[in-house]
Amino acid sequence: MNILVLVKQTFDTEEKIVIQNGQISEENVEFILNPYDEYAVEEAVKIKEDSGAGITVLTVGPNRSESVLRTALAMGADKGVIVELEEQADEYAIAKIIKAAIKGQEYDLVLGGNMAVDSGSGQVSIRVAEELGIPQVATITKLSLEGSKAIVERDIEGDVEVIEVNLPFLATAQQGLNEPRYPSLPGIMKAKKKPLERFTLEDLELSEDDLATRTTVQDQYLPPKKQAGKVLEGEIGQQVHDLVNLLRSEAKVV
Amino acid sequence: MSKKVLVFVESKDGKLRNVSFEALTVAKQLAGGGEVIAALFGTGATEFVQEVSQYGSNKVYVLEDEVLVTYTTDGYTQALCQVIEDVQAEVILMGHTAIGKDVAPRVAARFGAGLASDCIGADLENGDIVFTRPIYAGKAFQKKVFNQGKVFATLRPNNFELKENPVQAEVVSFQPVIKDLRTIVKEIVRKTTGGVDLSEAKVIISGGRGVKSKDGFQPLQELAEVLGGAVGASRGACDADFCDYALQIGQTGKVVTPDLYIACGISGAIQHLAGMSNSKVIVAINKDPEAPIFQVADYGIVGDLFEVVPLLTEEFKKVLVLS
Repeated sequence: MNILVLVKQTFDTEEKIVIQNGQISEENVEFILNPYDEYAVEEAVKIKEDSGAGITVLTVGPNRSESVLRTALAMGADKGVIVELEEQADEYAIAKIIKAAIKGQEYDLVLGGNMAVDSGSGQVSIRVAEELGIPQVATITKLSLEGSKAIVERDIEGDVEVIEVNLPFLATAQQGLNEPRYPSLPGIMKAKKKPLERFTLEDLELSEDDLATRTTVQDQYLPPKKQAGKVLEGEIGQQVHDLVNLLRSEAKVV
Repeated sequence: MSKKVLVFVESKDGKLRNVSFEALTVAKQLAGGGEVIAALFGTGATEFVQEVSQYGSNKVYVLEDEVLVTYTTDGYTQALCQVIEDVQAEVILMGHTAIGKDVAPRVAARFGAGLASDCIGADLENGDIVFTRPIYAGKAFQKKVFNQGKVFATLRPNNFELKENPVQAEVVSFQPVIKDLRTIVKEIVRKTTGGVDLSEAKVIISGGRGVKSKDGFQPLQELAEVLGGAVGASRGACDADFCDYALQIGQTGKVVTPDLYIACGISGAIQHLAGMSNSKVIVAINKDPEAPIFQVADYGIVGDLFEVVPLLTEEFKKVLVLS
């Protein structure tokens, strides 16, 4: 069983966003493994523990992204692949790059997060499924492998859909799939010795069209700062009465 | 320059989704006088034609196919691709719903096209379409433009003003060729109990660690029922197992923009604020006057949610019955 996990390095979710000259500042920012990708890595490691598997984790991004591969290796993945990409690319191009980076490899299962908490676009994994010509099951909360097929539960706006699918397929992880482990100290030590393959775009077979992004970010900006509002005063019953009045007459939302 | 715009119109529980009307309104505006085509999938789709034509679509493609009654990625991808080819659509819009999130990237990839997902704005600037979308769950925003190819976008529910524009729509009965469904839907287990979907709710009552237990959500539920809203939660409440992860609002979890967001016993961690601070009106109820949630709230009550929320429910019952 060969598993590929697609991961991305993102800002820690507790980070505030600062924009300087139209660019998002990375100064003093803590980077983490995208939380949804962490579920994907954990799921792969669980499968490895249950029934044996070789796990490759792959990321596309700037050099600093290597840290998330080390995290995944420390959690139990076997091999890391980084495609170094300093410039911005869109989801279309990233999917083409991933396809080129794994060319010639056969995977029974591809896992990814259902979205990255930075771009929030939720596209790359699904595009990779299309590029590889395999089916997808998105936002999964449970995965059971039964020989050459799988029974998968997925979250659809709060309801649960139970799906049967044959391997190989791609699945994207939703919250609730599992509880990601913290890498153990021996795990971290071992991770340092695990293989990590590096590619640049020049190493990969990519056409001009593959790298021709379909979309461009024109501008990035912060929302207007919200003014702190009114904290009501008086006896609780009166405050509640005032609040209902304000919501009806001033805010006009009820 | 006028464009041909296709809208994938979605129904749920026998009703058209509001976000589909939003998408039709946006389509009309982006078409710049060009044709707006709506696509309706599944048996019984024909009954929605009248409603769809209220929002200005010149043509309605109806795909009355048994295979499309239940959503599958393969079935919907093939059908949508065939409709796009048939109408020669240049711009394709749909809701950023469970279906939209699943099918849009797949179809865009099949056409080798870009996709702007989860958009909260779509404007024509000098003939180019500029999409606005949140990044970092709404801590910041970006404007996205297309360089080439077809334009795909999914729209976040509740962010576009509806504009009716009744026309006499031409109905096209379209028979897609669908084969090789690689996923089988065995069962759909309902966990949402007749409630309002979080992403489309106009009112959300949300609970945090201060709710203290599963039962602690009961008063929130009652308030939500009175206001016709949905119940949400912070990561703290989900991690503590007071409620299902499906309710989580934040940078991990759902990002919501209701008209009214009432945060009960939520301190307001940055990751939670990212998921709700773009709501129109925010009310915070918290025992701790220093809680950061008060920094983004329009109205705050410093007090025990178990005292305040039931009083609020009673008060709303009184005034809403009278009005």
